[in-house]
Amino acid sequence: MSDPYKALDYLDVDELYTDEERMIRDTVRSWVSDRFLPIIAEHNRAATFPTHLIPELGELGVYGASLQGYGCAGLSPVASGLICQELERGDSGLRSFVSVQGSLCMYPIHAYGSEEQKQRYLPKMATGELIGCFGLTEADFGSNPGGLLTKAVRDGDHYVINGSKYWITNGSTADVAVVWAKCEGTIKGFLVDKGTRGYQGKPIKNKFSLRASDTSELVLEDVRVHRSQLLPGVEGLRGPLSCLTQARYGIAFGAIGAAQAAFDEACRYSKVRIQFDKPIARFQLVQNKLVWMASEITKAQLMCWKLGKMKEAGTMHHYHVSMAKRNSCWMALECCRLGRDILGANGITDEYQVMRHMCNLESVITYEGTHDIHGLIVGRQLTGEDAIL
Amino acid sequence: MDIIVCIKRVPDLAEAGLEIAADGRGLRTEDLDFDINEWDDYAVEAAVRLKEQHGGVVTAITVGDEDAEEVLRRALAMGADQAILLDDAAFAGADPFAIATALHACIRSLPFDVVLCGAVTSDGASGQVGGMLAALLDVPQVALATGLEVDGGRARVRHEVEGGLEREVEVALPCLITAQSGLNQPRYVSIRGIRKVADVAIAARSAGDLGLAATAVGEAGSRVRLEGLLLPPAGKRAEILEGSLDAAVATLVERLRERGGL
Repeated sequence: MSDPYKALDYLDVDELYTDEERMIRDTVRSWVSDRFLPIIAEHNRAATFPTHLIPELGELGVYGASLQGYGCAGLSPVASGLICQELERGDSGLRSFVSVQGSLCMYPIHAYGSEEQKQRYLPKMATGELIGCFGLTEADFGSNPGGLLTKAVRDGDHYVINGSKYWITNGSTADVAVVWAKCEGTIKGFLVDKGTRGYQGKPIKNKFSLRASDTSELVLEDVRVHRSQLLPGVEGLRGPLSCLTQARYGIAFGAIGAAQAAFDEACRYSKVRIQFDKPIARFQLVQNKLVWMASEITKAQLMCWKLGKMKEAGTMHHYHVSMAKRNSCWMALECCRLGRDILGANGITDEYQVMRHMCNLESVITYEGTHDIHGLIVGRQLTGEDAIL
Repeated sequence: MDIIVCIKRVPDLAEAGLEIAADGRGLRTEDLDFDINEWDDYAVEAAVRLKEQHGGVVTAITVGDEDAEEVLRRALAMGADQAILLDDAAFAGADPFAIATALHACIRSLPFDVVLCGAVTSDGASGQVGGMLAALLDVPQVALATGLEVDGGRARVRHEVEGGLEREVEVALPCLITAQSGLNQPRYVSIRGIRKVADVAIAARSAGDLGLAATAVGEAGSRVRLEGLLLPPAGKRAEILEGSLDAAVATLVERLRERGGL
């Protein structure tokens, strides 16, 4: 209630959300204000994730919130998008944690797992008792995941996995990893439990971005997993890409939250920062920046709302998500750059949020499909010409 | 235990640039955000905790139009079992007495052991509805509660009294208690909770349903008439006292003397 944050909603986009969607958004918003924002600067400095909040987020119900059953909330796509928006208003690392848990780990188990796998993992992942990660990217295979080198070889009732994964959010924290490996040339998904011999997560240190988030390398050396740990429902690149569509959908909403945080901070600051005996908000150049930010945020809100409605109706395709993910990350990063500019020298300290968000967004605009790759996906859809392969 | 909690949907006035509506008797609400009154949030939390400890039914009630449903649904998501919306054009323009009249007419037909209200609302800020409602219901009330325990037909309540003091009193049930900030730390409304109550029907009651004449409620039934709403005149610029601490204190004392403060 004491939170001074006011989320920009210039065109009353709120009106487009259902009461339930608004209520869910508001409860996550106040949780972020009360529980997360007071400690984020400290965790960002120390490069630690606030793990003590993991069960609270479970109680709130944000893990796998769009999934049905198994202790998940079964929310509308817009509601689950708004959760991402509010979490990322706190920090992209917080939203990443929840996205990876829900969209990249719980989603494939829910969509492609056996009933036994679902029963074993999903209820505990919904409460945060079990944490998941997603191992697709390798050090040498980022935009081209199809080239991945990690191999799984069948040996009786087991598979033996060898390889390594890089840039894995939650990698060192996770109790279970969804590892994508090639088995006789075909990509398949495996659930690898923490503690399995030969499996190890190693934190990647000295990041300028997503500091309050665990980013790791996964090392897999002769890791033997029982065949019951294979995700039976999918084969090929389609499997991991379908997960990424879910996660990118969340990012498209999430980045709006970071942009709203930057806007709110900059707008507030401009009204109280006095230069030449007047608030800098009275200068045309400052207003122009705020107007740009507000316009882009509003456009992104409308785009994401429509995307959510298409997801609900079953008409959303991955190339729609690409446009929204690409647009949201770009505009959010630009908003942070402008916001930092309005804050002047003060903007470079962690007393203000904007530079933390800006640094984070350098990752967000890169992971889960870079800005350029998403441009090529949309370009392919528009022209019928494939400029990627 | 039957627990009733009275709540209100209020505008967030903390950060807003307030504007008076065209009729001069209210605020322009277009740009305002609305939420449950902060003190009512403590009351709902207290009600749900009593239910969790002693079992029973929590009923949330508000007076308002269909927009006010959202605070009832929020109370349901926090753990209330049923909700009643007192919705009638006749309720508009009510003073605290007319609100208490409507609430009383609804509550008198319900079983109750404890009625909880917020101590005050952040918009009207009269703090009168709880006391008036207790009088109409003819039950004891304890205002500004900061602690509450119920045991065997009696409530032990810690509450604020004059002079910055607190005291503990015991009252027999049924009673009415108004919640002061600090009574508890309200829970976050969980997403599962919100989902669970998405389809719960909220009963609406008109003045007629409550056996009230339209003249007994709303503006007609009010004893206080709001003539107009004014924004406070813009103050002169604040003065920041410069110089060393001693010099600033000396200037401050001088200023206070000049203006009769000392």
